[in-house]
Amino acid sequence: MNETAHSVIRMANQIARNFEILGKEAAVAATQDHIASFWDRRMKAAAFGLLPSADVGFSPLAREALERLAGETDGAGHQDAG
Amino acid sequence: MGYERQADLGTPPSASADSVELTIDGRQISVPAGTSVMRAAAQSGGHIPKLCATDSIKSFGSCRLCLVEIDGMRGTPASCTTPVSEGMVVHTQTQRLQKLRRSVMELYISDHPLDCLTCSANNDCELQDEAAAVGLRDVRFGYEGSNHLGLDVDSSNPYFDFDPSKCIACSRCVRACDEIQGTFALTMDGRGFESKISAGTRDDDFLSSECVSCGACVQACPTAALDEKAVKEIGRPERAVVTTCAYCGVGCTFRAEMRGEQLVRMVPWKDGKANRGHSCVKGRFAWGYANHQDRITSPMIRDHIDEPWREVSWDEAIAFAAARIDAIRIRHGSEALGGITSSRCTNEETFLVQKMVRSVFGTNNVDTCARVCHSPTGYGLKTAFGTSAGTQDFDSVEHSDVILVIGANPTDGHPVFASRMKRRLRQGAKLIVIDPRRIDLVRSPHIEAAHHLPLQPGTNVAVLTAMAHVIVTENLADETFIRERCDWQEYDDWRQFVSDSRHSPEALESVTRVPANELRQAARLFATGGNGAIYYGLGVTEHSQGSSTVMAIANLAMATGNIGRPGVGVNPLRGQNNVQGACDMGSFPHELPGYRHVHEADTRQLFEREWGTTLDAEPGLRIPNMLDAAVDGTFKAIYIQGEDILQSDPNTRHVAAGLAAMECVVVHDLFLNETANYAHVFLPGSTFLEKNGTFTNAERRIQPVRKVMQPANGFEDWEVTQLLANALGAGWSYSHPAEILDEIACLTPSFAGVSWSRLEQVGSLQWPVNEQHPDGAPVMHMDGFVRGKGKFVVTDYVPTDEKTGPRFPLLLTTGRILSHYNVGAQTRRTKNTAWHPEDLLEMHPADAENRGLKDGDWTRLASRTGETTLRVKVTDRVAPGVVYTTFHHPETQANVVTTDYSDWATNCPEYKVTAVQVMPSNGPSDWQEDYSKRTDRSRRVIEDVPAE
Ligand code: SF4
Ligand code: SF4
Ligand code: SF4
Ligand code: FES
Repeated sequence: MNETAHSVIRMANQIARNFEILGKEAAVAATQDHIASFWDRRMKAAAFGLLPSADVGFSPLAREALERLAGETDGAGHQDAG
Repeated sequence: MGYERQADLGTPPSASADSVELTIDGRQISVPAGTSVMRAAAQSGGHIPKLCATDSIKSFGSCRLCLVEIDGMRGTPASCTTPVSEGMVVHTQTQRLQKLRRSVMELYISDHPLDCLTCSANNDCELQDEAAAVGLRDVRFGYEGSNHLGLDVDSSNPYFDFDPSKCIACSRCVRACDEIQGTFALTMDGRGFESKISAGTRDDDFLSSECVSCGACVQACPTAALDEKAVKEIGRPERAVVTTCAYCGVGCTFRAEMRGEQLVRMVPWKDGKANRGHSCVKGRFAWGYANHQDRITSPMIRDHIDEPWREVSWDEAIAFAAARIDAIRIRHGSEALGGITSSRCTNEETFLVQKMVRSVFGTNNVDTCARVCHSPTGYGLKTAFGTSAGTQDFDSVEHSDVILVIGANPTDGHPVFASRMKRRLRQGAKLIVIDPRRIDLVRSPHIEAAHHLPLQPGTNVAVLTAMAHVIVTENLADETFIRERCDWQEYDDWRQFVSDSRHSPEALESVTRVPANELRQAARLFATGGNGAIYYGLGVTEHSQGSSTVMAIANLAMATGNIGRPGVGVNPLRGQNNVQGACDMGSFPHELPGYRHVHEADTRQLFEREWGTTLDAEPGLRIPNMLDAAVDGTFKAIYIQGEDILQSDPNTRHVAAGLAAMECVVVHDLFLNETANYAHVFLPGSTFLEKNGTFTNAERRIQPVRKVMQPANGFEDWEVTQLLANALGAGWSYSHPAEILDEIACLTPSFAGVSWSRLEQVGSLQWPVNEQHPDGAPVMHMDGFVRGKGKFVVTDYVPTDEKTGPRFPLLLTTGRILSHYNVGAQTRRTKNTAWHPEDLLEMHPADAENRGLKDGDWTRLASRTGETTLRVKVTDRVAPGVVYTTFHHPETQANVVTTDYSDWATNCPEYKVTAVQVMPSNGPSDWQEDYSKRTDRSRRVIEDVPAE
C-alpha cells in the first residue's frame, strides 16, 4: 500500500469519527461532502480503489461515505458540483 | 519624505465626546474635555517647552519646564497636568515664564555633558531643542559642581545603550515601560539630584533584567541617555518611509529611518492603527538578517541534490526551472506540479504564486504555510459565522471586561497586542487563561489571571464543552441574542448535547485534569462578567481537533451573546505577518481568492475570463498529501516561496523523503534554508525592506509595505514569480504590485474598494471594503452574520490517537518565544540570539527528579516518530507529565519528534501533542549527526560564476 493510501484511510476515518455525533445518516452525508470538497482526484481515486478489499481499515461510516461518493463520481474522480 | 521627528503633542488624547472652548495666546480653540493645556496649545499650532511629557504616556509634572499663566489662576501651573476648562484664557509665552523656564533649563544643562557636537542625538535631542526654545545662552551654575558625568554606560543590550550621564531623570522611560509595555522593568532610584534610572535589581543590567527590549523607553527618552547603537554607528537618519513589520500577525507599522541606502533604525509609527506607536524586539531591532552574510543573492542550480550548487545568471536559473517543470508536465501531467505560497510574503506575491500554479501550471495543487498554523481557523470560523477571519480590531480589547485566552501566549507570540491587553487588564478587566503551561500572562506585574485552567494537552474541546455545559445548565446563555442572530434549531441541538451530564466539568475532570470547581467559576465569569472576548492561537489550532475547537469557541461566543460589537468577539492571533492575507489570496487548494470553492462554476468563470485560461474544478493537494504523492511517484515538481517546510512541517523524515523523491524543487528564499538541501533551483528572495506590496494582519487590516532600498538579489519576489511564469508562457506584464492589487480587487468582493492609492491616503483598511463598508469594517457581524444566521456546531470530544503509554509517558507540547520568530531563519541571524541561543526542553521538577536530570543537562527526547537531543530546563511552569519546547533552531529538529497526526478537517499538524520519553544523553542523536553532514554536503557552492 502506498503513502497516499495510508493517509486516505486515516483521514477518512478521522473525518467520519468527528461527524459520528450527528447520527449515522447525517454523518455519512457530512463525511461524503467533506471528502468531495477537500480531496484531490488522486486521493479520492486511491480511496475508491481500496473499497473492494474488506480489510483495509475503513470505519463503517467512512466506507459508506466513500461508497456513495464513488457512486456519484465519474471515472476520472471528477464530481460535478458546479 | 525628508527627516522629521514624529509629532509629539505632549500628552495623550482625551476620549471625551464633549468639547471645551478656550483661548491660548489669543487663539480660540475647541478641544475634547479632559485635554491638557499642553496638548491644546500644540493642537492650536503653538509649542510649550517640555521635558518630562510625551504624548504616549500620562503626564507626570516633574520637570516644571512647561509652566503657563492662566487668567484667574494663581501661580504658574504645569500645562501638562492642567486640564482645559471652558472659557480658560492661557498665556504660554510671557517674560515671567521665559525667566522661569530658563532657570529650570540651566539646572538641567549644568548636569549634562554638553558634548552635543559629538553626541549621537545631535539635532535629534529634545533637551537641545528646548534649551534653544527657552533661549538659554549660558549657564550660571558652572559645570564644576557635583554631577553625573563620567558614569558607566550600560551596553549590555545588543541594540541600545544606557548612558546615565545623559539622563535628565525625567522618568519617561520608566513610565513607558510601565504604561505602554507593561513590563515594569525600570525604576527610578533615589530622589532629587540623586535620582537614577536602573533596570531590575542593583546587580542587574538591561540584559539581565526583566527588560524585553521592546524599545518603548528608547523611543520615550528625550536625550541620548537611551539610544540605539545603530544611530551611533551609522549616524542620524535623513529620511523616513512608513512600512509594515514582516514578523508577526500584529502588523505593527514602522518608520524605516534611513541614511542613504542604509537603514538606521525602525521606529514604531504613532499613527499605525495596529500598534499605536509601540513595537517589540523583533520588529524594532531584529532586522539585521537583511544584510547577513548568509544571505544568498545569486540564483543557483544543480542537476541533482547531491551535487554542489552552481551560481548562474537569473536567465539561466529561470530557464533551467522552466524547462524542468515543462518536461515534467509533458511527461506526468499538470497534477505532478504544485506550489507553496508564503505567509511571510505580500498579498500580491501570494496571489501571483497561486495564479501561476492554477493558471500556468494548470493545477490546484497550491497550499500555504498557514496549513500548519491557522487552517482550522479558516474552516471553523467560516462554518460558524460565514467568514474565515477574526471578528474584531485590536482596539476592541479596550472595551472588554472578561478576556479569555486559550492556547495562545500573547506576551511572546504577539507582544504588542499583549501590551494593549495587559493595559486593559491593569484597568480591571478579568482574565481567564486556558493553557497547559503557566504562561507569563497568568501572573505578571500588576496582573493575575482570575482563573488558570491548566488542561491536559489535547483536551481543548472537552474543556470548552464543559464550560458550555455550565453556561447552559445554569441558564446563563443569552437566549435573546441567540433567537435573534442564530439558527435556533441548531442551538437547541447543541444545547441538548452540552447539557448532557457526561459533559459536566466533574465528569470530564479525569480527562481534562482541570479542577471542576475552577472551570465552573471561569464559565460563570465569562458568561456574566460583561463584554467577553476570546483570543486564541496555535494551542487551539495545532491539534487533531483544531477545527472543532475553533467551532467550540465560536459556540461559546454566540451562546453568551459576545459577537457583533466592540469589546467581544472571537480573535485568532495569527502567527506570521501575512497569514490572514495568504489565506484571503486563495492559497488553499480548494479555494480561489476570497474563500470561494473551486467547485463554484460562476467563480471559476470569473477568474477564467480575467486570466484567459481554464481552471480545474477539483481541489488540489495539501502539503502533506503532496509529500505522500511525491513518495508514491505522482508528484514531481514544486515551487516554494518563502517557506522552510523541512523545518516547519511535522515529521521531518517524511518531508525529507517527499522532497528527495521530487525531480524539481525550486526554493525561493533569502537563505539556503533546510528545505533547500533538497532543492535543484535556488532563487534568491528579497526582504520586506526591498519590496512594495501589502500585508494583512490578524485584524484583517491591509497595510502597505514600502520599498526602502533596492533588492540585494535584483528583484522583488513578485517579479521573480513573474519571470518564472513568463518562461512557462504566461505573458504577464505587471510593473508594480499596485496593478496586482487592482486585479485582486476586481476578482475578490471583500477587497472591491482596496487600491494602492486608497491605502496611500488612509494608511490602512480592514476588509471587507465594499459598497456596504466603503471604509472597511473594524468589527464584523454587527448587524447579522455574514452567513445569515450564526451556526452552532455540535463538537464532540474525540481524543487524539497520540497516546501516552509506558514507553512514551510524557506529553510534549511546542511553542515560541518572544525573541525568535517561527523557524528562526531571520531572528537567528540577528543579535536576538542574546536572549535565546538554543531551544530548551521545559520539564516539571518531579519528572526531572525521576529521571535524574538537573537544569542544563543534555537529554534525549524520543517519540514514536524519531528522537533528538536538547538541554533541559527544570521549571514548574509545566505540569507534571508535560514537557515543552520551542522550534526556533534547526539543530534541535523538534519536528523529527512530532507525528503525522493532524486536524481532522484541515490536516493542520498536531504539533501540540506528542507522546515522548525523555532520558539523559551525552550528545546529538544519529539523525542530528547525519542531518548535519547532509546539510554541509548539500550547501557546497562552486564559487566561479560563469560569464553571462
Ligand atoms: S526596552 Fe521595553 S521592556 Fe526594556 S526597559 Fe525599555 S520599555 Fe522596558
Ligand atoms: S533615561 Fe532618558 S527617559 Fe529615562 S529618565 Fe533618563 S532622560 Fe528620561
Ligand atoms: S513582531 Fe509583531 S509585535 Fe513585534 S513589531 Fe513586528 S508586528 Fe509588532
Ligand atoms: S513637561 Fe510638564 S512638568 Fe515636565
